[in-house]
Amino acid sequence: MPSGNGRESPDTGTRPPVFLRIENLVKKFGAFTALNNIDLEVFEGEFVCFLGPSGCGKTTLLRAIAGLDIQTSGRIEQAGRDISVLPPTQRDFGIVFQSYALFPNLTVHKNIAYGLENRKMRRAEINQRVEELLDLVGLADQGDKYPAQLSGGQQQRVALARAIATSPGLLLLDEPLSALDAKVRGHLRHEIKALQRRLGVTTIMVTHDQEEALTMADRIVVMNHGVIEQIGSPIEVYRAPATVFVADFIGTMNFVPGRVAGPEQVRIGDIVLSCDFEGLSPETPVTVAIRPEDIIVEEARLYEGNVFQVRISALEFLGSFFRADLANDHLGEARLRADISINQVRSLGLSEGQDIHVRLPRDRIRIYAGAATHG
Amino acid sequence: MCACRATASAFTPGPPPMVSIAQVRRPAARIRPKLNRDDWLMRAFMVAIALYLIVALALPLYAMLSKSFEIYSFRLDTIEFQVDEGQGWGPPINALERGEELGIVRRDDLVTTADGRMQATEFFPDFSFLAPTRYRIRNTEPNTGGYMVRGQQFTDTEWREFSSNDFRRVTLRPSQTKGIGNYLVYFSTPALFSSIEHSLTISIISTIITVSLAFVFAYALTRSCMPFKGLFKTAALVPILVPSLLPGIALVYLFGSQSIVVKVLEALFGADSVAWVWQALDNGTYGPTEIYGPIGIVIASVFFTFPHALLIIITALSIADARLYEAAIALRAPKWRIFWTVTLPGARYGLISAAFVVFNLVITDFGAPKVIGGQYNVLAVDIYKQVIGQQNFQMGAVVSVVLLIPALVAFTVDRLVQKRQVALLSARAVPYQPRPMRRFDLLMMGYTGIVSLFILGILAVCQFAALIKFWPYDLSFSLNNYNFDVMDGGGWDSYGNSIRMALYTAVIGTSVVFFGAYLVEKGRGFAAGRTAFQFLAMMPMAIPGMVLGLSYIFFFNDPANPLNFIYGTMAILVICTVTHFYTVSHLTAVTALKQMDAEFELVSQSLKQPFTKIFARVTIPVCMPAILDISIYLFVNAMTTVSAVVFLYSPDTTLASVAVLNMDDAGDVAPAAAMGMMIFYTNALMRGLHALGTRGLMARTQAWRTR
Ligand SMILES: Nc1ncnc2c1ncn2[C@@H]1O[C@H](COP(=O)(O)OP(=O)(O)OP(=O)(O)O)[C@@H](O)[C@H]1O
Ligand SMILES: [Mg+2]
Repeated sequence: MPSGNGRESPDTGTRPPVFLRIENLVKKFGAFTALNNIDLEVFEGEFVCFLGPSGCGKTTLLRAIAGLDIQTSGRIEQAGRDISVLPPTQRDFGIVFQSYALFPNLTVHKNIAYGLENRKMRRAEINQRVEELLDLVGLADQGDKYPAQLSGGQQQRVALARAIATSPGLLLLDEPLSALDAKVRGHLRHEIKALQRRLGVTTIMVTHDQEEALTMADRIVVMNHGVIEQIGSPIEVYRAPATVFVADFIGTMNFVPGRVAGPEQVRIGDIVLSCDFEGLSPETPVTVAIRPEDIIVEEARLYEGNVFQVRISALEFLGSFFRADLANDHLGEARLRADISINQVRSLGLSEGQDIHVRLPRDRIRIYAGAATHG
Repeated sequence: MCACRATASAFTPGPPPMVSIAQVRRPAARIRPKLNRDDWLMRAFMVAIALYLIVALALPLYAMLSKSFEIYSFRLDTIEFQVDEGQGWGPPINALERGEELGIVRRDDLVTTADGRMQATEFFPDFSFLAPTRYRIRNTEPNTGGYMVRGQQFTDTEWREFSSNDFRRVTLRPSQTKGIGNYLVYFSTPALFSSIEHSLTISIISTIITVSLAFVFAYALTRSCMPFKGLFKTAALVPILVPSLLPGIALVYLFGSQSIVVKVLEALFGADSVAWVWQALDNGTYGPTEIYGPIGIVIASVFFTFPHALLIIITALSIADARLYEAAIALRAPKWRIFWTVTLPGARYGLISAAFVVFNLVITDFGAPKVIGGQYNVLAVDIYKQVIGQQNFQMGAVVSVVLLIPALVAFTVDRLVQKRQVALLSARAVPYQPRPMRRFDLLMMGYTGIVSLFILGILAVCQFAALIKFWPYDLSFSLNNYNFDVMDGGGWDSYGNSIRMALYTAVIGTSVVFFGAYLVEKGRGFAAGRTAFQFLAMMPMAIPGMVLGLSYIFFFNDPANPLNFIYGTMAILVICTVTHFYTVSHLTAVTALKQMDAEFELVSQSLKQPFTKIFARVTIPVCMPAILDISIYLFVNAMTTVSAVVFLYSPDTTLASVAVLNMDDAGDVAPAAAMGMMIFYTNALMRGLHALGTRGLMARTQAWRTR
């Protein structure tokens, strides 16, 4: 599996210790395998996102870590302690659910204080801590309100404050933002990330929103059908998706069927492209992938370095750029989509039906063994 | 970075690559989650409540079932006599052979009851207690019925010797075996099995009438714009507050031998013409004056089942989707077609469910047929007659089993239908808003008015009867009928007992039921245990009260039962009543709990708080309206129930509802009506308090209740 997932701590340059280690974890619901052989390490202070389509097992994995739905087999270790079989009460985490699960009959203050009680803390201490937390999440004067009297975003913050009140070593967030409207969501993304940095608490967030994962996470765990497809930083996952699934799930990607033409060369239709790959014998069917924004429109007509001629069969204005559908007899059945900046469209005077030259930069082309099933 | 380069290994088509890796790894051990104190506590509580249901329901039912297969017969083949007339002991004489020789018994006719006795001297026609003859007797098989002498029973196989003077005191005892004999007797005795047909007839007719009446009533409440809907609905729900004996009593007054109706008609038209009309209508068996019988039972049954049907049908009608109506109107469908194609299909599950609920109520009801059934036997009353009248417990058990069958069928069908209804409810529908239509609204108001008047009229008749000295001869006002202490039934004490019993039932029952429902809904793991509990909790609804009460006799009155000490106490009444009304309470609690976020418990656990804290601080406050609903439901039913407790009260724990029955039985009909009305006023008062309490609670908690 991918191992190039080291995360350098920004200030010291050394890798922080592993805080959470998951080994060979399996979760079955009857005959259905919801999680299969999950291996994962989360480093101390890290913000990790579980990203994947609905039903891929993100929540299941999170709940296994929390001990709410204990795994069928496999091991979980937190801060050096084997917690695999422990009930939630004997683990060390705070959790925020999509529904927030705020206690409706308790005020905001009492909701946050809930976990602080029965801990040999004095009343005054508890109150002080709650005030501190309310301040921290920007709800300083809202302590006496009931959850129903708050907006969705405010409720979300209360849930967050309640989860971190006891200073847990691990913070678990299950789609914390998905119930909010887009604007609030964008704002809260920032706040949660800032708060997490400030507290330095190791955090795992479940989301099916790639933008959320890309902007917030230190590392992203991409999941599909109960297995991990790739683990990596947002840039790695975006730039170098390990599988066709990841490439397709995150961002937009052109998939074109091709064959290996020789060492470091693939052929699409009549066109031969050079690119980086190893260990495939000639004529092996492959899938060639490139992101639309990586396709470059060449102004000069060079016929070298992955440049070839195409026709613009459609040009669609998408606000900040144009998306062009490119076709060519030499490409065979294949179609390419390219994102072209407004400036370039204007300066080159591009329009539908026009022939242009494009370059597919060698280091942006990704090759996957097997014929394309996407497109 | 480089490892994620697009190498060939990065993607293989087909199944995920993990499969092959899994085979290489060592087989993973299955995790056994460790349980914490909370998990153990919850399991312990759940097992405790499940044990309660087993002891209070499953075991008694089992005891009843095995009782119904108990047969008593004389095992004469295992008895031997020897006679010494002075010349030494003669050869052993087999009692069966001797009996057949003498023609006093037949081999295939040795069945008797538990109390059956046979004199040993019957086998010796020339017996004289003065003769110097000596007799010997023995059992050839141990532990058969044996014989009894001066109160001592012998079941061993020793020979015992008696002088002729003592021999006349030897009686043979029947031996108990298991078999279907009781059922054979039941189904070959027309006087017994004709009750099955009677019960079914009554139940089906009552069901059709009640559901039709309730449907129109519910239609008026949900689809018209008539005024005073709240008032009419309240009036229609009144029968819930009274024992099912009461409508019977009112009918006796209205149509019985000293009929109020006849008196009024006679006053209006003269005695002769009334007598003539009555004669003309009389068909010989059930004329209009013959209110004792099926007609009376049906009217009384319709009265007391009406609110149950009404509530179900109102629910079904109010989930109608307005969009369907708009579509139908846009298609210019005529009104009657809209009714047939939209209204009725939409309410069909409600109608079916109401029908089965009513059917079940009627077939298991004891109050109405007891008071007004006359000679028309039905199953529930048969149980009472067999047990209380004839002390034939085995036959009582057989009738109970017979009664269980239709009740179980009705219950099962109702559950299946309700499941579908829930699915309908959750669909997103736009509620239908009726528009005023003068003629239709007036018509509906007329109808609901008449029905309401009839219901309130029944109560008014009872109250009227209770307050006059002696109908129809002395119509002066009097409180004599409230002098319960001089009558059968336990006097005012029974009223006090009833209130105490209802309060205990409400408090204990609500606690047990709600906590049990909480454990089922919110417990962690232990899925098999929770499913089993859920099943146990649904069972009481299928068990008729008479059957439950009789089962309790068999189970708790058994001296070998360590729980025998609660027999005849208040405790057994409370346990029986809580169990009898467990299911509806449980479902109410489950519905309320389901509306709570499933994640509250998880949050609380993640904050390392015990489950008792979330239960006390959040669950109970949020569910308080449902908790109040359960307690008032239990209170009202504990006040009115007769069927189960009629077998279980003792002289110290007589109950008001049973007093109504006993006073009516003894001919004190007016005091019975008076006591019935006391139950009504008590229940009405508690309902009022409940409404006030709920309103106050809602007002106080409005800040956080947004629903
Ligand atoms: N209690 C359960 N019993 C049976 N199957 C379950 C249970 N919980 C989850 N599953 C199944 O396991 C799979 C993974 O579920 P999970 O909730 O982890 O998905 P998810 O990735 O969180 O999806 P979403 O984005 O929709 O929340 C799904 O196919 C789901 O149907
Ligand atoms: Mg999920």
